[in-house]
Amino acid sequence: MNAAANDIVFLLFGAIAILIVLTLLGDAMALRRPGPMVETYKTRVNSWWAMVILFALSLLIGRAGVTLLFAFAAFAALREFLTLSTKHKADHLALVLGFYVVLPLQFFFVWMGWTGLYTVFVPVYAFLLLPIASALRGDPERFLVRIAETQWGLMICVFCISHVPALMMIETADSAGRGILLIAFLIMVVQLGDLLDFYFGRRFGRRRIAPKLSPKTWEGLAAGVAFAGLIGVVFSSLTPFHPLAAGALAAVASLAGMFGNLVLTAIKHDRGVRDWSHLIPGQGGFLDQLDSVIFAAPIFYHLVHLTMT
Amino acid sequence: MLASLSPRRLAARATGHALTLFARFIAAPRADWQGVEPEDRQRVYFANHVSNGDMPMIWTVLPAALRRKTRPVAAADYWLKTPLRAFVGPEVFNCVLVDRERKNPDDDPMARILAALDEGASLIIFPEGNRNMTEDLLLPFRAGLYNMSKARPDVDLVPTWVANLNEIMPKGEVIPLPLMCTVTFGAPIRVEEGESKDAFLARARNALGNLAPEELQRETGWQPA
Repeated sequence: MNAAANDIVFLLFGAIAILIVLTLLGDAMALRRPGPMVETYKTRVNSWWAMVILFALSLLIGRAGVTLLFAFAAFAALREFLTLSTKHKADHLALVLGFYVVLPLQFFFVWMGWTGLYTVFVPVYAFLLLPIASALRGDPERFLVRIAETQWGLMICVFCISHVPALMMIETADSAGRGILLIAFLIMVVQLGDLLDFYFGRRFGRRRIAPKLSPKTWEGLAAGVAFAGLIGVVFSSLTPFHPLAAGALAAVASLAGMFGNLVLTAIKHDRGVRDWSHLIPGQGGFLDQLDSVIFAAPIFYHLVHLTMT
Repeated sequence: MLASLSPRRLAARATGHALTLFARFIAAPRADWQGVEPEDRQRVYFANHVSNGDMPMIWTVLPAALRRKTRPVAAADYWLKTPLRAFVGPEVFNCVLVDRERKNPDDDPMARILAALDEGASLIIFPEGNRNMTEDLLLPFRAGLYNMSKARPDVDLVPTWVANLNEIMPKGEVIPLPLMCTVTFGAPIRVEEGESKDAFLARARNALGNLAPEELQRETGWQPA
């Protein structure tokens, strides 16, 4: 067993320990003060269990497992996004290509480690080719809105999400097999940052960032980002970086994630929905769950890339 | 008992599971039980019809115990055209096949429907009669729904709106698009004492159209009568 596998097992036991505590806490609360709040909390914890187990299984399978897991997450996210986007019958072929060709190819390129392809495929090739497929059907009504929304969905759900497994491709001589730990690092700092933002925002939050959109406050955001940075320092051994650099990376990823949540909330408000779907019990849809990771992943990927070269 | 274990029967069950799995993969259909609970009692689900995917979507979102007792009413000329369809329609979905063209004057579609109801089955029917290819929200309803309810007045008729299917598979397209689908079940209706055919059909059509998403109602200029 190499060091990477040891670290994965260590992280896994940590996550399971936290979940056991949260589950017992839920049971205790249900006994003392039963009600819908506790039930929501318990469904959320159950969904977390499912996510941790799926993520752990894919990590143990390795590169193929992680790539496949995020390909499925991207598929589910794109399905939620394009359900609410503007589209006409004339876009059918373009959308079919987006789902069945662009998405699998992008993750195939990631799995093969073809960096030159997976960094330009969606923003260049899909960007140019899918509008052609729509234009050939000849319906000009709201054309720009239709192609722009489709491309935005592909960037968010396919390009951005694919940068999570792409982190596995960042390897140097001294970090063989450790790319996978960067994924665990990213998801951990972003998700914990979100949780702490929520907690501190509720407790001490005064000034709202965008009062019309979300209850997020500057105080909560600052606390969340600061703690994400701190967690980054503590877990810097998962990364090839100096603790301070790891902390800075974690803080930037967390910050990007929080604004990602804000952006996707604005889209939900525009389309008049509270959640993207109902697929994850207690948490809404895949996009609700992944919004912060989506914004954090490409930025984290590029900063890591820059730092290492 | 032995008959239920035949290879053909098993193949039909397996195909049924594969189809629900495929429907879930494409559309992750969700049931929204607005006006009724998913209880195990005899019902007729009457639904809008824009695509061949409508019936499998309703079939998929029904809880398994209800699904086993629910039979879609479907056109014999469509489902008997090829050996594959003749397997999927009558055996996998357990369709009640009716002869739309009335080739055989003794073969009365209503008699078959009532016979299925008398055996205790729930039904899925599409009262517009055909797939709706127009810009309107719903076509006018055929008389069948009224005649059936008149003949079996104790059975609840549940309006069932299948959303999004015209985007998942527009007319003339072959490959279904993965988009989320919601199946909404409204409050049940029955023919009332002395209600005329036209009044009842208008009421049933309103009950169904009112379940459609607001945006679609606006686009199609839906006006409840």
